[in-house]
Amino acid sequence: MDGSNGNEISMDEKVRNFSINFGPQHPAAHGVLRMVLELDGEIVERADPHIGLLHRGTEKLMESRTYLQNLPYFDRLDYVAPMNQEHAWCLAIEKLTGVEVPRRASLIRILYSEIGRIANHLMNVGSQALDVGALTPNLWGFDQRESLMIFYERACGARLHANYFRPGGVHQDLPEKLIADIQTWTEQFEPFLKDFEGLLTENRIFKQRNVDIAVVTKQDVFDWGLNGVMARSAGLAWDLRRSQPYECYDEFDFKIPIGKNGDCYDRYLMRLEEMRESIKIMQQAIVKLGECGGDDVLARGKLTPPKRADMKTSMEALIHHFKLYTEGFHVPAGEVYAAVEAPKGEFGVYLIADGSNKPYKAKIRAPGYLHLQAVDHLATGHQLADVAAIIGTIDIVFGEIDR
Amino acid sequence: MSEALNDLIAVLEAKQSDALVSASIGFDELTVVVTNAGLLDFVEFLKGNSACQFTTLVDITAVDYPGREKRFEVVYHFLSMVVNQRIRVKVMVEEDEQVESITSIHACANWFEREAFDMYGILFANHPDLRRLLTDYGFEGHPLRKDFPTTGYVEMRYDEVEKRCIYEPVKLTQEYRQFDFMSPWEGAEYILPGDEKKDA
Repeated sequence: MDGSNGNEISMDEKVRNFSINFGPQHPAAHGVLRMVLELDGEIVERADPHIGLLHRGTEKLMESRTYLQNLPYFDRLDYVAPMNQEHAWCLAIEKLTGVEVPRRASLIRILYSEIGRIANHLMNVGSQALDVGALTPNLWGFDQRESLMIFYERACGARLHANYFRPGGVHQDLPEKLIADIQTWTEQFEPFLKDFEGLLTENRIFKQRNVDIAVVTKQDVFDWGLNGVMARSAGLAWDLRRSQPYECYDEFDFKIPIGKNGDCYDRYLMRLEEMRESIKIMQQAIVKLGECGGDDVLARGKLTPPKRADMKTSMEALIHHFKLYTEGFHVPAGEVYAAVEAPKGEFGVYLIADGSNKPYKAKIRAPGYLHLQAVDHLATGHQLADVAAIIGTIDIVFGEIDR
Repeated sequence: MSEALNDLIAVLEAKQSDALVSASIGFDELTVVVTNAGLLDFVEFLKGNSACQFTTLVDITAVDYPGREKRFEVVYHFLSMVVNQRIRVKVMVEEDEQVESITSIHACANWFEREAFDMYGILFANHPDLRRLLTDYGFEGHPLRKDFPTTGYVEMRYDEVEKRCIYEPVKLTQEYRQFDFMSPWEGAEYILPGDEKKDA
């Protein structure tokens, strides 16, 4: 007891676990996340995310709307990469109805899915850097994202809620000038990424905050159903674009970056690498688009509107157009699960059709949902300050988690 | 693709005949229906068996069929990254019947089951923490049931006088409209004025 004056014991007695609310109004919570953290000093003992603060009942609303009317809801799920979600919905309907998408539409879909992936990763990497104290990368990222948003706008008229993909193709063809501009953009993006990396990759503070934080093992991936970058960071080469190819991803040449250590820093590096791969895919898609010429971008039939010119001369086309946009098309009874490799992971739609013009049930399976669920597992034992880095790295958007 | 699924059905029929009710392939997807009592063993088998290795739980949801005797279907989606297959497992349950929680086998089932409880009111036995997940604190009812109105029952607003959020019954300035555009030649059953005379 020498050296002590009795004070330390009374200090010890005062130490107790502390529960704090992280969010729902926290800048690093990436949306409306309320997380109840139980702390032992600075160490997180338990994290209990409370979600649902952005719950809009999408699945309920979808049951009373036609298939086409439901499409825009998908933009509002993961609003960082809207078209990737639409893709899953279109694939589900196409699977049930057996519609073949024209090649040109398929390529446009791939082109825009990859734009979405880059937009998502830019946002994610930038905001993660912001969460751990670097402001500039986020601003640079947003500058590039702005160009992507403009590409969105030039394709469909909206910067964010695109509503561009359609069951049976895409809404309309891209202008030549737009494709050329996307090509020019991809060429400047590689040097941009180099600059961007220069800010972060070897940055001492960034590394201190990210290396060995939230290490994910293969067992974690299976136990917690992690997917996308989270699963790949543990060394599992699982990417739906490669393992269960949809659209025409199987003809594209790209690599799947996988991680070694499974920590936040690995995931940061992988996201950068995925952007490079996406650029490759986009450039290949542009070449292929040039080759396939001016095909139609919609599988003309029951699911899609007739050509404008036909409507001027054909009564049947006019009736079809009217019925399509009032009654909507009917989808034969059945159930399917369609999934795409969204930027965040496997985004799936489980669709049950009853033969009418509205889905009987649609379940949206969002990748972020499982990632956020794993936060308790990932954050336990880490410092409070690491929670921000962990939320950044699991790449969550509340639109898709709360639905 | 479908040969591999047929092989899988054969394995399941051989090893899990007690639990298996039916198995079918539609749209290149395998759907199996299992008994409620055999669910836990079945999921364990799917995860552990070398021919299956469905180690990843993709999704759990429920479907409401009010007309059926067993009202709910609980639907599980599993993925095997090793054999690159998916499987859909269904359990039929009655309204007040419990389903065994699979959180002991797949930790990530936790939130999915909470959501199914929240949205459909299905109770999962031995679930570690069966709270509501997506709806508001203190919410009543199960919104994804077919008999729950889309508009809900209560709405919330901030009350200036009481200085807090209060709940009130939903008041709609315009009645909730559900347009029915179904073609009268394709299934829609309209009662047109005068139709009742035909039976008289």
